[in-house]
Amino acid sequence: MQKEAPSDGSDRVPVLSVKDVSYWYGSKHALDDVSFDVYPGKVTALLGPNGAGKTTLFSLITRLFDAPTGRIEIDGRSASESGFKALGPLGVVFQQPTLDLDLTVRQNLRYFAALRGLKRKEADERMNRALDALDMKERIAEKVRSLNGGHRRRVEIARALLHGPKLLLLDEPTIGLDDPTRSAIVRHIHALARSDNIGVLWATHLFDEIEPDDDLLVLDRGRIVARGEAKEVVAETGAKTLGGAFKLLIGGDAEEDVAA
Amino acid sequence: MSFMHYLRAFYGIVWRELLRFLQQRERLLAALVRPLIWLIIFAAGFRAALGISIIPPYETYITYDVYITPGLLAMIQLFQGMQSSLSMVYDREMGSMRVLLTTPLPRWFLLVSRLFAGVLVSLAQVYTFLLVAWLCGVELPVWGYLVALPALVLTGMMFGALGMLLSSTIKQLENFAGIMNFVIFPMFFASSALYPLWKMREGSLTLYYVCLYNPFTWAVELIRFAFYMKMNWEALGIVAGCTLVFLALSVWAYDPSRGIQQRKVAAPA
Repeated sequence: MQKEAPSDGSDRVPVLSVKDVSYWYGSKHALDDVSFDVYPGKVTALLGPNGAGKTTLFSLITRLFDAPTGRIEIDGRSASESGFKALGPLGVVFQQPTLDLDLTVRQNLRYFAALRGLKRKEADERMNRALDALDMKERIAEKVRSLNGGHRRRVEIARALLHGPKLLLLDEPTIGLDDPTRSAIVRHIHALARSDNIGVLWATHLFDEIEPDDDLLVLDRGRIVARGEAKEVVAETGAKTLGGAFKLLIGGDAEEDVAA
Repeated sequence: MSFMHYLRAFYGIVWRELLRFLQQRERLLAALVRPLIWLIIFAAGFRAALGISIIPPYETYITYDVYITPGLLAMIQLFQGMQSSLSMVYDREMGSMRVLLTTPLPRWFLLVSRLFAGVLVSLAQVYTFLLVAWLCGVELPVWGYLVALPALVLTGMMFGALGMLLSSTIKQLENFAGIMNFVIFPMFFASSALYPLWKMREGSLTLYYVCLYNPFTWAVELIRFAFYMKMNWEALGIVAGCTLVFLALSVWAYDPSRGIQQRKVAAPA
């Protein structure tokens, strides 16, 4: 079941454009002809079960390795042609924690700011702002090792936003977090996308992280099986909830959830 | 990407490495204890048994502890190179390598910066060791401490580049100890660090050739000659050449279009 994107996005310029990307691990097809766009100011949820190809897709977008086929453009710049320069407008929170545990929050963020070429003063100002927005300013001098999982995630999000990215990639950033922390992060990211006009690609397998107005991509076994606004995808499957729609789309049994 | 961006990124990478090193005091201790055991115990025992004849760069008879000091400095740098490699494998496993590799700067620049940061750490270890050795009575020419600095930078780069190359081939942290032993000990023992090559030739011609083709030998000789304010051009050429080859292979291995990283940076999702 393949749903087409609504036409209301045709006049907008995508901040991320993925076209006809395929990828193999040996003979295993990890991504099969994947195409989609992410627009500024919108959260695009990438929903898929484990092994769907979400992390592979993120690795290709971030150029941890190159896509052998297809084209990836970040803010109009081709990743394969522009190389490292295409990564400039990108902020990333990987699924796996990437903070240096033996450094403090401030040291971690200063290191990242230096990699992004920010001046020390500017970096410190942005750092304070980003941490303040995530209620983490008081923990700035603490070593990351002493923080709990939720706080570490907040620091990673603050770090990803430090250089003012146009595109934010979040690879299951709330995994392993308690519900209140998860909800706070979901709310913050949605508000941020709207206020700062950031395009967000959010990989998840948790339905309650997706808002009805979010753009939705459903990825299953390396293929996009549905796309559109989340509420539209739900409506078109005839399911009552996003969870029900998802089960239908990936071939699961969700009869009890299908609207009469 | 402006010149200042490169400069700030370089500073950031070096600053992080030094910070990590300063936080791991036991690392400095371990780096010193190893060569000091060789210098104080091994050299003292062999001082009487082994006489070193007058060979370049020496112009007079020297004691055995003076002879093995350049070899021990190279050993410190080799261990630091491997330590740096271990740190890269650890960063990759822990995920923090991704932060570096997704920086909008050329990958070769990021790797060379990381390499140089490791060299600075190795220099800190080397000069601390030299201070302790001097306190133990091992005296080298005074100006040699300064003149040898460029040689030590180059040898540090060579060992760091070798470590970086190894890190690109090691899939898991658990495999690292085996690789380290496989590299460090043969390189150290089959070299001119502990005995001059002519002495080796008397014992075994095969071993002599093994030592001759070992880059570690030439790193030791480059340092040895530099301390006596002499240039060993052959050693310089070999060390510089090996550095370039190891570095080029490392950059190639970490290139996103190559296969090595793909198997390790991200498991199939």
